[in-house]
Amino acid sequence: MLLTRTAPSVLRAAAAAATAGARARARRFCPLSTLAVLEHKEGNLLPQSLPVITAATKLGGTVTALLAGTDAASVAAQVAKLNGVSEVLTVSNGAYDKSLAENFAPMLQENIKAGGFTHVVAAHSAFGKNIMPRLSALLDVQQISDVIEIHDDSTFVRPIYAGNAIATVKSSDDIKVLTIRGTAFPAAAEGSGSAAAVQESSADPKVESSTTWVSENLAKSERPDLGTATRVVSGGRGLKDKDNFDKLMPPLADALGAAIGASRAAVDSGFADNSLQVGQTGKVVAPQLYLAVGISGAIQHLAGMKDSKVIAAINKDADAPIFQVADVGLVADLFTAVPELTEKLKSEK
Amino acid sequence: MTALRILVPVKRVIDYAVKPRVNAAQTGVETAGVKMSMNPFDELSIEEAVRLRERHPTTVTDILAFSAGPAKAQDTLRTAMAMGADRALLAETDTELEPLAVAKLLQRVVKDEDRNLVILGKQSIDGDAGQTGQMLAGLLGWGQATQASAVLGLPAVVTADLRLNEPRYASLPNIMKAKKKPLVKRAVADFGVEVGARLQTVKVVEPAPRKGGGKVEDVGGLVARLKELGAL
Repeated sequence: MLLTRTAPSVLRAAAAAATAGARARARRFCPLSTLAVLEHKEGNLLPQSLPVITAATKLGGTVTALLAGTDAASVAAQVAKLNGVSEVLTVSNGAYDKSLAENFAPMLQENIKAGGFTHVVAAHSAFGKNIMPRLSALLDVQQISDVIEIHDDSTFVRPIYAGNAIATVKSSDDIKVLTIRGTAFPAAAEGSGSAAAVQESSADPKVESSTTWVSENLAKSERPDLGTATRVVSGGRGLKDKDNFDKLMPPLADALGAAIGASRAAVDSGFADNSLQVGQTGKVVAPQLYLAVGISGAIQHLAGMKDSKVIAAINKDADAPIFQVADVGLVADLFTAVPELTEKLKSEK
Repeated sequence: MTALRILVPVKRVIDYAVKPRVNAAQTGVETAGVKMSMNPFDELSIEEAVRLRERHPTTVTDILAFSAGPAKAQDTLRTAMAMGADRALLAETDTELEPLAVAKLLQRVVKDEDRNLVILGKQSIDGDAGQTGQMLAGLLGWGQATQASAVLGLPAVVTADLRLNEPRYASLPNIMKAKKKPLVKRAVADFGVEVGARLQTVKVVEPAPRKGGGKVEDVGGLVARLKELGAL
């Protein structure tokens, strides 16, 4: 430093160039290493975290899974057995149980600094959407949301305009922060090899959160989780009221072993809880079978389900846009067709 | 009660009812000659700010609407003022700004304009990133409440979800009044904030089209076809 300060400007420029070159080289040789931020609840890893691990492995470097909260250590044992996980880092502190961005993001920042990670990946879930942008701002990087494809360690594909366009973007940031669309990557499975090492992280800044957790009001359901179900039956405005929704949809869902979804119109009209909403502003699902009942198929709804393997629709309007994407369409009054379908499915079981 | 000085950022986007088309060069979505409107989530933010004032007339002392975008974003700001914002500020630029850049501009505006509450839409319906509010809260070190469905401690950043409220229509007299409300334009460069792009758009394409598979006659046909497709 002393030398450059006294050196002529030419030398100074050369020295600066050399430093920049060395930095670029260091970056180039800096091994890829990904931090996968995972979600858990009541001692179990949540299903939306499994595709996160798969996406992390596609980046090409080592994959360190991070778990924070009271149960972090016990969940770590499950995660250590999953394919692709090189190491599990735990932050066993109850302050992270409610995943508040105000303390979770600085904790992640500390761990990224300590571990020298080049990539950070989480699910594009309510958790990821809340925490990752705050982390990105702390790291001064431009996050890439809702990634559906990974080309290489800096090139990613994501839907824009409610899935009406697909953009490929290349990031020039030193650290890449991604949230991934769970339905676009397969779930990581348990491997046959030895389990990854579990280590308690020493990076915990213990930032006081300025928001506090007051309460939560969860919709209870015995049915499969909407985000990960292999079959989904979804109801729309065509059901006319909540009584019809509650009378017709649960038996059909149970006959199929399906989760129940709803269109925004159905949620806004109070037929169904908003945790069931499928679409641009609700959940994005891609099950094996998506059965739309009384849903016209607005583009905001299609954004949430058009990657389903098979789409079936029951609607009395033969011109409803849903029929343009449905593999199988039935033009019929749902009030007779749905009970008939439910009975038929039950009798074939 | 602490006086509330609210900042409501709004974005001009392709109208939500328009089906976007990718341009011929595959560099983006065609916006020429396409109907543009205020991002639907931002209407909810304005509405919430105005309702806060209606509930607490003396507490809410000022509602500032802000947009970063082309000169035409003035229309969006006028709409915000017709809905009840007191004044507006436009950071003018012809380049599309990334969420991090917008968050940095907002951070500056919060400081310059002494704001203690920022209400944003939870995402814009063009970029669908859903990042700006959380980034701003991170930059300011403020609390954040995302996807709010009911409005907490100050200062704070709140992002509005669709179920927060039902935005009002601007009445003709209010549209006329909005024309007289102050709207300040400044170049993005004047904010002294680093807004360079971190992402390069390699290409934009239409998604693979999905073809409808035709219709069946009755419930029996539906079940049979679903079996053929391996869905049952």
